[in-house]
Amino acid sequence: MKYDLVIIGGGPAGLSAANAAWEDGCRSICIVERDRELGGILNQCIHNGFGLHFFKEELTGPEYAGRFVEMLKNTGVDVRLDAMVLDVTPEKEVHIVSSASGYEVLEAKAVVLAMGCRERTRGAIAIPGTRPAGVFTAGTAQRYLNIEGYMVGKRVVILGSGDIGLIMARRMTLEGAKVLACVEVMPYSGGLTRNIVQCLNDFDIPLYLSHTITDIQGNERVERVVVSEVGPDRRPIPGTEMVFDCDTVLLSVGLIPENELSRAAGIEMDARTNGPVVFENMETSIPGVFACGNVLHVHDLVDFVTAESARAGKAAAAYCAGVSLKNENVLDIKNGNLVGYTVPQHIHMDAEFKAVDVFFRVRAICHQSKIVVKDENGTQIAAFSREHLAPGEMENIKLPRVLLDKAVGSITVSIEEEK
Amino acid sequence: MTNIICITCPKGCHLSVDENNDYAVTGNACPRGEAYGKNELKNPVRVVTSTVRVEGADIPRLPVKTDRPLPKGKMMECMALLDTITAQAPIKVGTVLAANILDTDVNIVATKTL
Repeated sequence: MKYDLVIIGGGPAGLSAANAAWEDGCRSICIVERDRELGGILNQCIHNGFGLHFFKEELTGPEYAGRFVEMLKNTGVDVRLDAMVLDVTPEKEVHIVSSASGYEVLEAKAVVLAMGCRERTRGAIAIPGTRPAGVFTAGTAQRYLNIEGYMVGKRVVILGSGDIGLIMARRMTLEGAKVLACVEVMPYSGGLTRNIVQCLNDFDIPLYLSHTITDIQGNERVERVVVSEVGPDRRPIPGTEMVFDCDTVLLSVGLIPENELSRAAGIEMDARTNGPVVFENMETSIPGVFACGNVLHVHDLVDFVTAESARAGKAAAAYCAGVSLKNENVLDIKNGNLVGYTVPQHIHMDAEFKAVDVFFRVRAICHQSKIVVKDENGTQIAAFSREHLAPGEMENIKLPRVLLDKAVGSITVSIEEEK
Repeated sequence: MTNIICITCPKGCHLSVDENNDYAVTGNACPRGEAYGKNELKNPVRVVTSTVRVEGADIPRLPVKTDRPLPKGKMMECMALLDTITAQAPIKVGTVLAANILDTDVNIVATKTL
């Protein structure tokens, strides 16, 4: 089977890429999705707060996904559900397997990687203790509760203050569970402030910053956890132990972009994002292979996934139409003081664009600061003022072409705190 | 003066609300922040999102929401009411499943087409 464009993943990234590519004239598109329906993780994110940027209204996850699925119905985009991608080759052959059609190879001119991310588990952070039932990642519990209709516990301790953990604290409370505590190893929350307010504070759920779970106890089922304060080195401080009697531990301890396919295809990866290295048009190191959404870097807001993926979809449509950019006149973006990563990492200066949106996260909470962009000579080409920067909130800056044209060599994005 | 964080959007502005000066709001980046700051002290409200039982669909739960915010103190009453609802598929997003709940002018609507 031949397609111009094969999109791997039918979540918000894949849906947006497909719609954008269709809008730009690509008429041979296939989305491959491993779940039984499109929409990805939005289907289980039944809370609201999605779409404020993109639709200018507040939607729930299923509503947000539903809008894109409706848009897709008016196109001729093919959708393969219940289909698993096994392999993507550098020649852009996509090997898939499904109960309905068995083993197939889709030959594509361009591929968009939109596989999303998965949660870190207990194994990934090595919590000591026994191994009873009742330890879930927050997203797994969310799926059980919101889609399958099962309550996973009655007395809950949440480790990690990522957004999914906070959302689940409220959700479990509304469904009648007692959430005893939310425990965060860092001195600040990993989630959005609004979620701290409306998920924890609204229900008087205590948030223990600079604390972690140091023991999970229980035979068949979780019976209690031990929580200890940690020092600046994030090691537990002896003598600070608190015991919580609980039957459930939910983990919200980070997300990992799901890049097994990307790595196997030989795509250049960025160790800081755990995603592919991309150009301003979301193209990876393999020409014609694009990446967008949480597989590229973990986002806080789906609205930004949608915007980024539309760029990937448009670029993929252009590639299919014969526009291919040479990797010659390339401007590199480097990370300076307090900047954890940037996306994109490179800019094709031969491409046509008016401005490049650069996304990044800071490494620590910064008050009144300037985001400064300098070139290799140390000449400042742009600066942006911010009152507040936090690792839990992705930042973005727009770099106009006219400024980038002035840069000598690579550019570096850094944070200067104004005391 | 009460300091609160605006939850109208993900930006999370730090607001100061002055109860002694007609609930004057400062620190807001947009007019919605001002409205939120005033309401949060006078009459806090929240949108409730949850699920109800559904029959005739591939999955057993239908996601729902209140179509506008509900007084914060009525959230648990609203949850109890949702336990009594059973929806029948096929159902379209936006369908009203319960109207004017708890005498609040708020409706429960489906948030997914099943």
